Amino acid sequence: MSTVEHEATTDVGPGSSGRRWIGTNVPRKEDPKLLTGRAGYIGDLTVPGMLHAAVLRSPHAHARIRAVDTSAARALPGVVAVLTGEEALHHVNPMTSFCAEPVPQHAIAVDRVRYPGEAVAAVAATDRYIAEDACALIEVDYEVLPPLVDPVEAMDPGAVKVHETLDSNVVFHRSIDFGEVEADFTRADHVIRRRARWHRMGAQPIETAGAICSYDPFTHDMTVWSNTNFYNFLPWSFAGMLGVANNRLRMIPCPVGGSFGSKHLINKVISIAGSLTKAAGCPVKFLEDRLDNIAANDNVGCDRSYDAELAVSDQGEFLSLRMKIVDDYGAYFQFAHGQHGNALAQPTGPYRIGSVGYDLSAVLTNKVQQGFFRGAGADPGNFILERLVDAAAEELGIDRVELRRRNFIQPDRFPFTVPTGNVYDSGNYEPVLDRALELAGLESWQAEKERMRQQGRYLGIGLATCQERTGYSASEWWILYDKPPLPATSTPESVKLDVDATGNVRVAIGCPLWGNSPETVVSQVVAEEFGIDPAAVSVGYADSTSGALSAGPGGSRVTIMLSGAARGAAGTIRAKMQRIAAHAMEIDVADVECVDGTFQAKGVPSTAMSMADVAMRAHLFMHDNPAGEASGLVETFTYDHPFSSPPTADRKDMGAFYPMVSHACHIPIVEVDPETGAVTVLKYYVVNDSGTLVNPALVEGQVVGGIVQGIGAALMEEYIYDADGALGTPSFREYLLPSMHEAPEVIVEHRETPSPFTEYGVKGVGEGGRLVAPTAIASAIDDALKPLGVWIDELPMTPERVVEAVASAADRMVTG
Amino acid sequence: MPDKIRISLTVNGVGHDVLVEPRMLLVDFLRDELQLTGTHAGCEQGVCGACTVLLDGETTRSCLLFAAQLDGSSVRTVESLARPDGSLHPIQRAFTENHGLQCGFCTPGMLMAACELLEHTPLPEPEDVKDALSGNLCRCTGYQNIVRSVCAAGRVLATAENGSHPASETAETTGASA
Ligand code: FES
Ligand code: FES
Repeated sequence: MSTVEHEATTDVGPGSSGRRWIGTNVPRKEDPKLLTGRAGYIGDLTVPGMLHAAVLRSPHAHARIRAVDTSAARALPGVVAVLTGEEALHHVNPMTSFCAEPVPQHAIAVDRVRYPGEAVAAVAATDRYIAEDACALIEVDYEVLPPLVDPVEAMDPGAVKVHETLDSNVVFHRSIDFGEVEADFTRADHVIRRRARWHRMGAQPIETAGAICSYDPFTHDMTVWSNTNFYNFLPWSFAGMLGVANNRLRMIPCPVGGSFGSKHLINKVISIAGSLTKAAGCPVKFLEDRLDNIAANDNVGCDRSYDAELAVSDQGEFLSLRMKIVDDYGAYFQFAHGQHGNALAQPTGPYRIGSVGYDLSAVLTNKVQQGFFRGAGADPGNFILERLVDAAAEELGIDRVELRRRNFIQPDRFPFTVPTGNVYDSGNYEPVLDRALELAGLESWQAEKERMRQQGRYLGIGLATCQERTGYSASEWWILYDKPPLPATSTPESVKLDVDATGNVRVAIGCPLWGNSPETVVSQVVAEEFGIDPAAVSVGYADSTSGALSAGPGGSRVTIMLSGAARGAAGTIRAKMQRIAAHAMEIDVADVECVDGTFQAKGVPSTAMSMADVAMRAHLFMHDNPAGEASGLVETFTYDHPFSSPPTADRKDMGAFYPMVSHACHIPIVEVDPETGAVTVLKYYVVNDSGTLVNPALVEGQVVGGIVQGIGAALMEEYIYDADGALGTPSFREYLLPSMHEAPEVIVEHRETPSPFTEYGVKGVGEGGRLVAPTAIASAIDDALKPLGVWIDELPMTPERVVEAVASAADRMVTG
Repeated sequence: MPDKIRISLTVNGVGHDVLVEPRMLLVDFLRDELQLTGTHAGCEQGVCGACTVLLDGETTRSCLLFAAQLDGSSVRTVESLARPDGSLHPIQRAFTENHGLQCGFCTPGMLMAACELLEHTPLPEPEDVKDALSGNLCRCTGYQNIVRSVCAAGRVLATAENGSHPASETAETTGASA
């Protein structure tokens, strides 16, 4: 169920400015191909002469590779190429990494394996079955090394090192005060202290990552089909990795069967297919199986321990926030501390907090490396902040709703700069909270809670009020370095729009279909700008030779950026058509308007020229057009980040790097069984404010999908490594995902506080559900078990952990 | 390598008389031999349901069966649902009208599981859908709109005269239609 409440504060927002398509539930353009099995995912594609790859993976968490014997594998009929890590280096270079430290990473391990499941050799054969048979014939002589599983032990200066190129396993440490942290803590009446633990989880899209690489040894052209995101953002980085010139590389996108952040790069699959096509001399497909994906892709989110403090006045005013974080990055440091850049975009949530102290130790261990997973590090950030707020409410004896209200940034304070320097564009938080409380009908749930308590049952009402930073400029990846490897980027996004000679509009976008709805969004924008039916707009995907720039979906940016790019392109072409129509009508261009896909003298429908009339002139009949007007109606428009600024040299002000900030209030209702530890989410209420909505039904879909992932994060999802470093969750049998039975009914409402920075006032929304749900569920479990003295400081709260928490609370009560 | 095995089977109404390797999985047979790539493989161990097809009318995980076991069988995949003229099956329409899919990777399995459910339970309640489809994982939608879609499709099919391509709307009141 979804309803929309509009803010009347500005002229943007559907209805308020007479918009026809933005803000409506236009049917999704992407659906027919997906519904009929014709999507053409990477797994569905075949190239003539194509071989299939399989990968042999290390059973050990940490070992030296003494020798690899591939002779039996090479002798197997059907096998065309076998590569060890060292051999692969004849064909490809180490994978791109965004860290400044010397942490080289190879798609196939060289000399040493550093996590269980790391690739040791790869095979290309005439079919996948034979390739897997061949892997089984490869013999590897390992010298097993002690595995580093616990990040705190890994920090010990005497610990064995994951990378000998580093001085220590603490690959990055920085302690930085944004604002007057010491002074704010000194004047505080209360300091709320909590520890918290956020465990390692993974994106786990149902489709794995894959690539087909086809190399021509004569021209040195490399063609890559894959489900990566960054083919139009960093194609040169792939070219460098594949050892080809960028102008010889063509990367072709495919629809993606889910990513949630895990398919930004997928360097490993592209590198493996790329080295094998060079070795074999024919196209090679490498499509991960589930084990490959879980154990070894860029799937994994944060793995953090927090020691956090909130400074509060007697009146409950939040003064400062200080935290010490140990983050277990696994074996490599691919995206540097980007996951903390995300958290630092909104460390203080929707609250006025004057200063922030952030002490980060990024530690390397023998686990698969972190990538990005929906929320990208702001997810545990929201968790620790909301837990501190609830703890403050309890310790100060102030109602948790009232305490939030007292500290909300007020609507007249925007644009609002948070202590780290990021800017929040707009917001109005109290109406969201008020409406959520009303929507949830809290009184009847309170009554239900009492009633159930009489029966010895535990119902909990959760509450979280959180931010979703959207629309990144990717300086977040290296923002804490004194000498960043790259400057701040404006994360540009291009579309190419053309109106053909018969007046039909076609758009090529630079980003892939990732389960979101870029075709629908673009067609709505173009329809809005020309007054035509979105169904009539054709939308396709531009490959890396198109010149399109695109950072694609990620950081909840793509609807913002595509709206800007599509509006810009449509506006340019519309203006040209207006000039041509004015010339034909022999009137001033200022007197021509575009109405319902026609061009007419203002207010005089009888003068209307159709899109086709104008387009045919534009394409072929230059002499009838205004002097100097070039033929054709095609525009590539690049929309740069609408509001970003670089960090200062001392990094005390990180600049505006994530400034379109959405907000939501989540109220989940759960029942907890303290005996079994089972947590059942009975119902879930959300009020969400993501600025102007382009398509409310699709936004609701993103919110609900994110919430169910968040329920997974709160209750069941976790990478588990045993003391020997073995991965205990290598498949969906052990790594549990929420099923239909765990998915509650979710009631969603929207409010719209438009962004002053973006076209139409759009903000992002892709990560919001998962950014808020985990901490909301934690607070619900807490609320349920309060009579038992339980405090939730760890996620996921698996049944075992709930039982343990109840038992240790009981112990405390006895001994305390 | 053991000898190939000859099988005769019907897939989406088309007869095939073929030689298959004994170890070839049904999902690979459909995708690689028949180029019916609408049936997806998400886990290849029977957990995710993306590979669900109808085998003699009953839902089956095509990653858990060998093609060689299917002599004399009839298989239906997602490719059998829509008509060549481009009209979607009512269950597919219900999915688009209720925004029951995002990335679409789980969708063929969901559709085939929904086909079987609606065959036996023409007007399912949400709980019936959850029981029947809970073995199909979706990482995108949070399931709510899938449940709505299946219930809506049931209502359409139940009121349709011939039960195959009814004209009435399937959108839930707050669904995704314009
Ligand atoms: S692929 Fe068959 S159940 Fe997952
Ligand atoms: S729609 Fe993506 S997995 Fe279901």
